[in-house]
Amino acid sequence: MSALRIAPDAKVMLKHGAGGRAMRELIRQVFIGDAQPPADGGIGLAAMDDGAAIRAGDQWLVMTTDSYVIKPAFFPGGDIGRLAVSGTVNDLSMMGATEIAALTCAVIIEEGFARADLERITASISAACAEAGTAIVTGDTKVMGRGEIDGIVLNTAGVAFTRRVVGDCGLRAGDKVIVTGTIGDHGLAVMARRHCLDLDGELLSDVAPLNGLVRRAIEAGGEELIAMKDPTRGGLASTLHEMAQKSNVGIVLEGPRVPISASVQAAAELLGIDPMHAANEGKAVIAVRPGAEERVLAAVRSHPYGRHAAVIGTCVSERPGFVILDTGFGRRLLTEPEGELLPRIC
Amino acid sequence: MSDAGRNAMQFRDPARAARMAALLERVVGEIGREPVSVMHVCGSHEQAIARFGLRAIFPRALEVIMGPGCPVCVTDMPEIDEAVALAEDGIRIATYGDMLRVPGTARSLADTQAAGAKVDVVYSVTQAQQLAAKLDEELVFFASGFETTAVATAAVLLGSPPPNFSILSAHKYIPPVMEIVAEMPDTRVEGFLAAGHAATITGSAIFERFVERHQIPVVVAGFEPLDILAGLAKLVELVRDRRPEVANMYPRCVTREGNRRAQEVLWKVFRPVGGRWRGIAHVPNGNLRLRDEFTRFDARRRFKIDVSRLWDYAPPSLAHSCICGDIMAGIASPSSCPLFGRQCVPDNPVGACMVSTEGTCRIWHQYGGQLDLRDKDERA
Repeated sequence: MSALRIAPDAKVMLKHGAGGRAMRELIRQVFIGDAQPPADGGIGLAAMDDGAAIRAGDQWLVMTTDSYVIKPAFFPGGDIGRLAVSGTVNDLSMMGATEIAALTCAVIIEEGFARADLERITASISAACAEAGTAIVTGDTKVMGRGEIDGIVLNTAGVAFTRRVVGDCGLRAGDKVIVTGTIGDHGLAVMARRHCLDLDGELLSDVAPLNGLVRRAIEAGGEELIAMKDPTRGGLASTLHEMAQKSNVGIVLEGPRVPISASVQAAAELLGIDPMHAANEGKAVIAVRPGAEERVLAAVRSHPYGRHAAVIGTCVSERPGFVILDTGFGRRLLTEPEGELLPRIC
Repeated sequence: MSDAGRNAMQFRDPARAARMAALLERVVGEIGREPVSVMHVCGSHEQAIARFGLRAIFPRALEVIMGPGCPVCVTDMPEIDEAVALAEDGIRIATYGDMLRVPGTARSLADTQAAGAKVDVVYSVTQAQQLAAKLDEELVFFASGFETTAVATAAVLLGSPPPNFSILSAHKYIPPVMEIVAEMPDTRVEGFLAAGHAATITGSAIFERFVERHQIPVVVAGFEPLDILAGLAKLVELVRDRRPEVANMYPRCVTREGNRRAQEVLWKVFRPVGGRWRGIAHVPNGNLRLRDEFTRFDARRRFKIDVSRLWDYAPPSLAHSCICGDIMAGIASPSSCPLFGRQCVPDNPVGACMVSTEGTCRIWHQYGGQLDLRDKDERA
């Protein structure tokens, strides 16, 4: 594969933030450079995982940070506050750290932002924290001039302790891949609202903190639960590619088994968007050793956020780094989205 | 789910598809030689083949060639030059988004737009007309598309478009180019899969004379996976039985006569003239131009278009390596192009096939660059 070497005079484009290959290349080249992994066997920047793991006695301190910009700030099924808590809780959970010790929250607000909207957002933050069993323990507030920032930007960081860190690699041929529910809900709900499509009501974002669900999966899977990742920007397609590339395996995805709601399917056809490319904010992709899949699946399905979970794929030794989609008719390579997802309107 | 959605799902039944694929395999086997080569002439067929991964289940001996099925891709450089020259003269241009990045001799419309020209993207000719009605200046709609899209353009001109509205037609007509491909000296095409949506307008009868003249079967097919598999199965049956006939495998939409009213509208406004299709050849009767009665809406006659100033220009060296022409003529596939997926990507296209969503290279790139998983899978 040819590396997308970025010329020194190049500009950062929107595609570099879209969660796909361009973003990973930018991070690798600009931010990671020759940073080495931590000496204690932990997980650092170079691993490009959901967060970091630092040894703390006989446990691991897991930490992560994420910034949230979303238009509109209030969308069907959630808002930027619930998103900011869920996103960070989920990044920690994906590393196996489901007991969230604390979160921080920094907020940058554009001059003129309605105070009532800000209060709705903070109420939503509190509710999501309560659901995840954690709290915001420190924060920061900045206000910028009109036009210097678009509405509101949130940043949250989170810390948690765990005895076992789960990464996003280590898959072997034969391993099974589970997704914890329907895909594309968040991406399509936001896109439909943004483009004023008359599909609201049926389309709801899945934004939710997943630490409770993940706890059940880990308890059921034990050491046979190998890797986890949340398919946010870039969707299921990018997540599977990352797992395949980091583990040097191919993944055969059974298209008809991937849970997609009828309204997401309909909106996706209309907009010309592949649901596998659309973002999720309340789903996890879990890889397990063969034989453990039914056990983990049953545990995930016992949780309200996991009712539609399904085993969707198998790791193979052929075509390492690639995802092969079995459409039910034939097979083709699954691609990662390039750049921002833009609806086709015609 | 809507009725339309439910109807579409009937034609996405994997079990029936598997039976259809087995039939296809058997018939190609009965022909007993390889390759058996057929061509489709529609980007939407390639889209569906790619999206559903159908190439992986085509019989090994069956070669499904992609023909000149993308109207944007076959728009020739001089046609792009006309639009660019008009835009540089300060005339506002409206066109489909796909047309913006198609390379002209020196520049694309997107380059011209970046340099300050007025270029608007519209989704339909109707939208272009509405835009013109709101403006105090001239608006030229740079019209592309095959006969299906040309009918929409014609219908607008038969209405009462605003006086500041005119058309720069790059519309193309598919049946004549099939003659060109059939007559190419090294052609391997033994049968054509014709595009169902175009045939809803023209009717399947339009292919009867072609079949008679070239003794090559033509099957009209739709765009769901079962439509395509059934169309191909019928086509190879006709090849096996040496029966050069027209078969309509899309009867839920296409009749023998087609849409008479649409045909009347089309030919009242347009006349077929010969012209070059990018990468293919001069195609007699392949271009649709406005009839004399519509001179006042014809941008070519309304404005003096001087494209000569665009000719003093050396094309970028990469363009020499582009094989879009061979790809559109069906004698090469994107995987044999040295630029494909490397220097030539949708963000930065070298050839027209990488620009349009109907273009072969763009479709292959969208679906991972390698559409035919048959070889590697067998070795694996």
